Amino acid sequence: MRTPFIVRLYRALGPKGALALAVFALLTLVLVPVLHLAVPPDNPLHVSTYVITLAGKIMCYAIVAVAMDLIWGYAGILSLGHGVFFALGGYAFGMYLMRQIGRDGSYQSDLPDFMVFLDWKELPWYWTGSDSFLWVVILVLTVPALLAFLFGFFAFRSRIKGVYFSIITQAMTFAAMLFFFRNETGFGGNNGFTDFKRILGYSITSPEMRVTLFALSALMLMLTLALGRYLVTSRFGRVLASIRDAESRVMFLGYNPLWYKLAIWTLSALLCAVAGALYVPQVGIINPGEMSPANSIEIAIWVAVGGRATLIGAVIGAVIVNLAKSFFTVAFPEYWLFFLGFLFIAVTLWLPDGVVGLWRRLRREKK
Amino acid sequence: MKTRILLLLFGLFALLAAPAQAALDAKLVAQLSAEDSDEKIAAIWALADSEDASEATRVLQSLADGSLKDPKGEDITINNRIRGELAAALASLRLFDADRAARLAAVKELQASADAKLFGVLVKALAQESDAEIKRLLSLVHAQVSLQSEDAKQRLVAVQALAAGNSPHTKSLLLGLLAKNGSAWAEPDAEVRRAATAALKQVESRLGTAENIGRVFSGLSLGSILLLAALGLAITYGVMGVINMAHGEFLMIGAYATFAVQGLFRSYAPGLLDAYVLAAIPVAFLVTALVGMALERLVIRHLYGRPLETLLATWGISLMLIQAARTLFGAQNVEVANPSWMSGGVELFGTMLPWNRIAIVAFSVGVLALMWAVLNLTRLGLFVRAVTQNRPMAGCVGVPTGRVDTLAFGIGAGIAGLGGVALSQIGNVGPDMGQGYIVDSFMVVVLGGVGQLAGAVWAALGLGVVTKFLEGWTGAVIAKIVVLVFIIVFIQKRPQGLFALKGRVVD
Repeated sequence: MRTPFIVRLYRALGPKGALALAVFALLTLVLVPVLHLAVPPDNPLHVSTYVITLAGKIMCYAIVAVAMDLIWGYAGILSLGHGVFFALGGYAFGMYLMRQIGRDGSYQSDLPDFMVFLDWKELPWYWTGSDSFLWVVILVLTVPALLAFLFGFFAFRSRIKGVYFSIITQAMTFAAMLFFFRNETGFGGNNGFTDFKRILGYSITSPEMRVTLFALSALMLMLTLALGRYLVTSRFGRVLASIRDAESRVMFLGYNPLWYKLAIWTLSALLCAVAGALYVPQVGIINPGEMSPANSIEIAIWVAVGGRATLIGAVIGAVIVNLAKSFFTVAFPEYWLFFLGFLFIAVTLWLPDGVVGLWRRLRREKK
Repeated sequence: MKTRILLLLFGLFALLAAPAQAALDAKLVAQLSAEDSDEKIAAIWALADSEDASEATRVLQSLADGSLKDPKGEDITINNRIRGELAAALASLRLFDADRAARLAAVKELQASADAKLFGVLVKALAQESDAEIKRLLSLVHAQVSLQSEDAKQRLVAVQALAAGNSPHTKSLLLGLLAKNGSAWAEPDAEVRRAATAALKQVESRLGTAENIGRVFSGLSLGSILLLAALGLAITYGVMGVINMAHGEFLMIGAYATFAVQGLFRSYAPGLLDAYVLAAIPVAFLVTALVGMALERLVIRHLYGRPLETLLATWGISLMLIQAARTLFGAQNVEVANPSWMSGGVELFGTMLPWNRIAIVAFSVGVLALMWAVLNLTRLGLFVRAVTQNRPMAGCVGVPTGRVDTLAFGIGAGIAGLGGVALSQIGNVGPDMGQGYIVDSFMVVVLGGVGQLAGAVWAALGLGVVTKFLEGWTGAVIAKIVVLVFIIVFIQKRPQGLFALKGRVVD
């Protein structure tokens, strides 16, 4: 058991996984930044701002999808409320971004515009310290995780599972959405946060900042995948899988499922929060719509399309569905819901193991 | 006598000048076109007090409509202040109307705008009035007016009379008496103030009762909507153990079916339009039941044993149904009108109870009774209960579980369709109208326990009433959050709901 962590991580990934990760790192951390910053825009090899932003956004979604796969694929817990953790992470970081606007808002006040609009004279207590980057990072890492821990503790302790749990999580995100829609909550109500200007004093729209955020998202995605792979191949992951398959038997064998479920659940929420914090500066807006039940349930379909309990499938699913969404909402906006609805039905009926499962079956048949 | 003759003469003169203004003091009528607003108002009140009420009404009404001409034949213009006085004067004239409803409406109107000018009229009206309800209101208005009297004794009598009132207006009047401007009381006499305090207490308690009755009633009507939405869900969840996320869209289909039936009646049987709701009930039930059965056969059947995937697949169905409604009927809300017998309401303890909500409560009671009969008196009901309790065992003794599933799903969907008919009578009908109901109705199922009619009823009504009371104290959003948190805490203690079926199943 004295093997160094990095070696154990490498073993969990396997040589092929490690190689894929290395290629991905080279691509996102070196190649794309160089092609965006150093190659002039008229060159065909130039990577445009649109592509960088879209890819950065989708990578954030992919982190969420992997987080979802960890609890749904490996622990059998289907959350229909993961949007709330994503949005909370986004809101926490958004507070910092709002403070960074400084006096450049439309009202030239020290307070964020929406507070001036509501005629508030000073920041509410929970905004204390929101001008400090470090404090906000701490908030991103603790607040959603704490909410997840408390919610999970009470839910798992009374052995709420299956569809019951799913609906309760949906109720949670619905309640949170209503709460954030109120102006009095102090997070901009309907409109949320937008019009960001700076991070750490640097302009948020500069190419360097875009590339930095893009690279950070890529790094976080790789970290999530590696950590996920490590967890699911460990002893912890095997206990989780057996809880998924037969919780009562695991209990009879002397394990307490509560702490296993709670640990993976909280970790999953934490990953979502980080993804949310990376997402907000890239898209430039966060509002309560992110907490709507429909958004959270979409996360589940990313995982289902890619294939559950595969981790990489979650990434593939997130990429496929979101590219399709970008395409449809521009080309045929009125058919997007038909397509998405059909995707839900088709995947559950005919592709229970998703794209990755299909790929594996095809390869087996070839052999 | 002299004045009478004079009046008659003037009247004749006026008759010649303008035929509409017979038997009224022509000087007063002429004064209506005065430059000064105060003079106009004086004329208005003098006219309102004249002998010939019907003529005075006509003149004043034409002044209010802007059709009255001055002697030069030009329109008489009136400002907002005069408009207010005119309305009050007209109302005071209507106090002597032969129709009871008109008198009642007039008293209510005057309650809001009573002032000293009305004193004489009110005394006269009180002496003539025979209806007890109107008399009570009249004496309240009379008391309001006498509050402005100089005489402390009269004010005291007025305050004591006001104690019988039950409107927020009376409350603010009494509060006004008890207010302090600087160091001086608004009401100088201490005894009147004491009486006002006592009266205020009475009025407040009466107002509180009315408010609570209103809340209980709106809670009941919300609860019966929830019940209609949750009954179907309780059946399908009980029988199959799957949550149908498209359940809210069945409500939507029911509401659009109502809309379609209304359209058909409008084009082909306009005379029977008031009966369209009755015709919509079976139509909505059949349409949604058919859609439900088709979904069960095509999708849900293939996902047995995988409840989480069923959740996702039915969500997909709901997205497609919403988009289909948008494509067919447009993204805007469509208009479903109440039939005439459902508009208006009945007043109870000072609260207005609208007929459409009363109809919905009655309707859900009817649906519930029918449901109970189906579940407890028919063979299908027996099968449904058997499958709910133990599917493999029911199958073993020969219950055709597959067919029971389809039929149960059809009934569940159909009841949601009936809920849609009810919803169309009180709310907007649009493509996403069902979205908000899935969480709420599942909460009812969670709270009430699975496969239990009684549980669903108590849970739905309880949730409805509690929500309405919370809304009164904290506002709608916080109330919703509090209810959700309460349910999450509740299932800590009773994971099987209020009325759990006893069983010994473990996986």
